[in-house]
Amino acid sequence: MDMQESAEKKERGGDSGNGRGMGSVLLGYLKSARVGVSIRGLRKSFGANHVLKGIDLEVSPGETVVILGKSGTGKSVLLRHIIGLEKPDAGMILIGGEDINDPDFKKGHVVSMVFQSSALFNSLTVEENVGLYLKEHKVFDDGKIRNLVSSALEIVGLEGKESIMPSMLSGGMKRRVATARALVMNPDLILFDEPTSGLDPMMTRTVGDLICDLKDKIEITQIVVTHDIDLAFYVADRLAILSEGRIIEYGTPEDIRCCKDYAVQEFITPQFEQPRR
Amino acid sequence: MNGVMSFFKVTGGLVSLLMETLYWCKAALKNTDKISDQLLVIGYQTLPVGALIALFSGGVLALQAGPTLARLGIEENVGGLVGLSLVKELGPVMASILIAGRVGSAMTAELASMSVYEEIDALKTMDINPVRYLVMPRFIATVLALPVLVIYMDVIGWFGGAVVSAINPEVQLSFSVYYRNLADLVDFTAFCNGLIKAGIFGVIISIVCCYVGLKTKGGPREIGTAVTKAVVLSFVLVLVFDYYVTRILLFFGLD
Ligand SMILES: Nc1ncnc2c1ncn2[C@@H]1O[C@H](COP(=O)(O)OP(=O)(O)OP(=O)(O)O)[C@@H](O)[C@H]1O
Ligand SMILES: [Mg+2]
Repeated sequence: MDMQESAEKKERGGDSGNGRGMGSVLLGYLKSARVGVSIRGLRKSFGANHVLKGIDLEVSPGETVVILGKSGTGKSVLLRHIIGLEKPDAGMILIGGEDINDPDFKKGHVVSMVFQSSALFNSLTVEENVGLYLKEHKVFDDGKIRNLVSSALEIVGLEGKESIMPSMLSGGMKRRVATARALVMNPDLILFDEPTSGLDPMMTRTVGDLICDLKDKIEITQIVVTHDIDLAFYVADRLAILSEGRIIEYGTPEDIRCCKDYAVQEFITPQFEQPRR
Repeated sequence: MNGVMSFFKVTGGLVSLLMETLYWCKAALKNTDKISDQLLVIGYQTLPVGALIALFSGGVLALQAGPTLARLGIEENVGGLVGLSLVKELGPVMASILIAGRVGSAMTAELASMSVYEEIDALKTMDINPVRYLVMPRFIATVLALPVLVIYMDVIGWFGGAVVSAINPEVQLSFSVYYRNLADLVDFTAFCNGLIKAGIFGVIISIVCCYVGLKTKGGPREIGTAVTKAVVLSFVLVLVFDYYVTRILLFFGLD
């Protein structure tokens, strides 16, 4: 139960909040073990469809890496490998230096993911969705879970929506509930699959700020897949460009901007500023 | 060749899901809320229809057998005939078909949509075992509910038979004669026979329906196909196993 103790300690002293005075309970509770991720020679095919053709990627502890790539290049497949939902044909993934297929891995590390489809549990309310992990793993008593859940909902701008069923929410709201659900797991590593698709520009900014908050205040390691170039450059410490099953460029936002590679420039130049095809 | 492969694949999948579910039954006491939710749904969905089916099945048995027995001058045996047929065969089979059609289909639809919409994946990322969280409560609830539903349908079916025997002018059997004969012939072993069958059918239906649901991939169309597949497979397996279970029970003198 040392998780609980340290979380309570943090909560008492944790008035720092996130600058907007919201969700301080949750931000106080989150703590990160600062893990790095290293992906080595990852390959995956579905039948004749070779999706990942040897991915190598190093993410330092506490770093936020954005993965950019065309639709259908295997970004979601890559994230599903990192969280252990797919088994690679070859290669390995280490998180915090441990192989994710190690039987003991789950005891030491928590990885959470915001799915592209949100993947909320349709038969549970918003509150039950967000609190499910804590409830099933008996981390806290019901009152404390309630607090954390409402704090997490506040952070994503959905306070007071606890008792609503997912089917009543818009796509963007679902995405934010999914984000809250991933946060309360107190992850060492959090994966975002298109966290802002379907959100309006204001909400996109809020999510961008949230990712930056998690990076600056909690120092959670994050891997973000997105099509939103502005968001990518706003949150990223480093960017990786995925094309044809390989990472063709990996570097800081500056490196990427200066990169001469045609495929990279084509991707990061705003589409409507490019000549008409 | 493909068919043979998929036969072994499905059989293996069913057996291993059954084993895993049995393993997770150790967590049953901590999940009584989920089990009772499922029981409530099963009861709500099957008790009214079950009464109707049972009443008329008992009635039609009496209607068919009554005049024949009356012509032979042994019409008082209608009670035993209706009683035994229901307890040993019709009760368990009818209740199973009802549960597979109403409850099993809903289980498959729910789990299939959870698979298709990545909810099962989300559960896994939260380190919540889908078999423990989803299959085990449905399994236990079905295995508990089916024998109870069988007793309920037996009793109502007997009553249906009694009413038809009483009002049928060719038979005109009084309730007391009907029920005395029924009580003479339906003994405890016959009763157990039906309940054992019901429990086994409960295992088959819940495991088949959960398995098909969990294995569903694709989109909304596949959810529909999965439901049909699960219900048909449940019916077939229930009827096939009915024969073998009966043989085994006969072998052990439980008839
Ligand atoms: N379970 C699967 N079975 C077969 N093929 C798959 C499976 N999952 C993904 N694929 C294939 O892998 C490829 C990459 O899919 P993926 O979902 O990772 O794309 P993506 O980069 O996330 O695209 P988007 O930006 O549109 O989300 C696609 O061609 C897809 O058809
Ligand atoms: Mg994707």
